[in-house]
Amino acid sequence: MLEIRNLHAAVVEKPILQGIDLVVPDGEIHAIMGPNGSGKSTLAYVLSGREDFAVTAGSVTFDGADLLAMEPEQRAQAGLFLAFQAPVELPGVGNANFLRTALNAVRRARGDEELDAAAFLKLARAAAKSLHMPDDMLKRNVNVGFSGGEKKRNEVLQMAILRPKLAILDETDSGLDIDALRIVGDGVNALRSERFSALVITHHQRLLDHIVPDRVHVLAHGRIIRSGGAELARELEAQGYAQVIAEAA
Amino acid sequence: MNIVAQKILPPNATSAEPFLARYRGLRAGLPGPRAPREAAADLLRRRGLPGPRDEAWKYTSLRPLTELQFHAALTDAGDHPAPVALPHLGALAESPRVVFVAGRYRADLSQLPDQITARRFAGHLGTQEAADDSQLLALNTLLAEDGALLEVAAGIDAGTLLLIHMGADLSGTPAAFHPRHSVHLGAGAALTLVEISAGQGTYLHNPVMDIDLAAGARLAHLRLQIESPQAFHIGAVHAAIAERASYDSFSLVLGARLARSEIHARLGGTNCHAALNAAQVLRGAQHADFTTVVSHDAPCGTSRQTVKNVLDDHARGVFQGKIEVARAAQKTDGYQMNQALLLSPHAEIDSKPQLEIFADDVKCSHGATVGELDADQMFFLRSRGIPQAEARGMLVRAFLSEALDLVQHDAARALFDEALNAWWETQAP
Ligand SMILES: Nc1ncnc2c1ncn2[C@@H]1O[C@H](COP(=O)(O)OP(=O)(O)OP(=O)(O)O)[C@@H](O)[C@H]1O
Ligand SMILES: [Mg+2]
Repeated sequence: MLEIRNLHAAVVEKPILQGIDLVVPDGEIHAIMGPNGSGKSTLAYVLSGREDFAVTAGSVTFDGADLLAMEPEQRAQAGLFLAFQAPVELPGVGNANFLRTALNAVRRARGDEELDAAAFLKLARAAAKSLHMPDDMLKRNVNVGFSGGEKKRNEVLQMAILRPKLAILDETDSGLDIDALRIVGDGVNALRSERFSALVITHHQRLLDHIVPDRVHVLAHGRIIRSGGAELARELEAQGYAQVIAEAA
Repeated sequence: MNIVAQKILPPNATSAEPFLARYRGLRAGLPGPRAPREAAADLLRRRGLPGPRDEAWKYTSLRPLTELQFHAALTDAGDHPAPVALPHLGALAESPRVVFVAGRYRADLSQLPDQITARRFAGHLGTQEAADDSQLLALNTLLAEDGALLEVAAGIDAGTLLLIHMGADLSGTPAAFHPRHSVHLGAGAALTLVEISAGQGTYLHNPVMDIDLAAGARLAHLRLQIESPQAFHIGAVHAAIAERASYDSFSLVLGARLARSEIHARLGGTNCHAALNAAQVLRGAQHADFTTVVSHDAPCGTSRQTVKNVLDDHARGVFQGKIEVARAAQKTDGYQMNQALLLSPHAEIDSKPQLEIFADDVKCSHGATVGELDADQMFFLRSRGIPQAEARGMLVRAFLSEALDLVQHDAARALFDEALNAWWETQAP
């Protein structure tokens, strides 16, 4: 599904990613953990095509295609989805209208028929319901006045509607209450299949109780310094990063 | 002779001679009393066309207008090959309408409403002509040939009326139209007037509308300016608002090469209300100037202005908003917000808010912002699969929505939305 080779990226000439190698096979869920500022969000942005980051070396293939050559919208249309660590507000843009425009853009690119307003609303209401989101969040402007947790849930709603092949969740669990955490976990698990993979960026074991990862990677100073199974997350939770980083040095 | 006229003009003034010459030729055929027109001619001879040397015209020059040779005949001369295809009217297609083509009333295209008395302009011009800075009004007074006089009797709610002007050149020669309209609402009367200015080719549309609202009357004045890309639109509205009356206007400006729309609202009675909202969406080398003067003459008036400019390419937007609060106008509540979104590094906005307050117990606030599209918002939309151009369109509409949402009339709102969509889908001129 996703193959990252020797990826280097910089922002304003400051190197941040310094040689990432990571393969996420079809159907697998990988967790990425690591200290603040280690480059987790940068990796997520570079994968989704944010222009402020310059890729200085390396390659990324997504389903066999050169991901780095695509525009952000093409990546989304190809099935990549990023749940933002800090979702932006869009005053003046209704959530339902936004979601429908996005879904139809993706459907158009895939050669599927666009959904009319009624068909879309039915689908969106069902998705909102399964995430225990009140209907009125569809009527409001995108993320405007949403609480921190509501914004994160709205990200998951977008994922549920767009049904990506690869979801990158950047700290989607932070700011969520205990029930919401389970709902988000269920949302991801509902998409689980042989054709769905996920990169789950998190600081906490609790999300990984709900979304059990196949692999866990530790990112520090722009490199993956250790990888392991689900048990690695528990080990980190118990010991912190210092020892892992010291061992890797 | 015109040489004399040129000589006495102040330096840097733009000569009005082409229009004065046309007036001399047409004088005998123009309707109504001669005196106001002669006064207008005198003013234009002395002052020229308004231009950057006039305080109120700092940002807008009419010089391109004087580079054109306008057709000298009266506008209904000969068989005018005017386009008669009306612009798209959407849900308003069945509404009563008063239609002008190339400056002339067209009975065959109009459907007069029952509850409105509609007559044609017969040369009766207003009285506010004399002021030295009223050259724009004088230009209309000089050459006004036709127009609609609309009257709604006291207590009547007359529903919705369309006032449409279709401009055109005269067999390839630029033409000039100076319609003079007036709208009078009796006490407690109500009307929604949807005014559409459209056309084809090179022409000047110089409409002036005098509005007179009696006590408690309510006029919603919803304006769509989609003139041809070669056209000039130089217009003014003068609204006199009596006690408890309300003048609620919204102007969407998408067309014309060079546009200046003035609205002068005089809140002359207690507890009256004026809203002068607008959106200008421009590109290419378009220049559009929205200039307003709100005069609070009486106590307890409220005025509201939300003005948005979206400017792409080399377009230039101008907003000048003057609020005058007379000594007697205690408890005035004025609000003015003016925001511009620049889509190109070459686009330009000039804005000049002006508050002149002589009363002490007033609430007047104003604000202005200029910005570009937000990179985070753009990336967010694109990361959801929405192509760049569509994402831009969504954010521009979001920016405009604060102004457009003030349009309460659903069919007119839909018309504005459709005009914006059409604008978005066509290429820059
Ligand atoms: N636009 C920018 N300008 C300068 N430095 C930046 C910019 N964006 C990111 N950085 C820096 O890059 C480094 C990596 O940031 P990143 O957001 O990827 O960290 P992270 O691992 O996601 O951290 P956290 O756990 O706090 O979310 C940080 O040192 C950050 O300050
Ligand atoms: Mg981060």
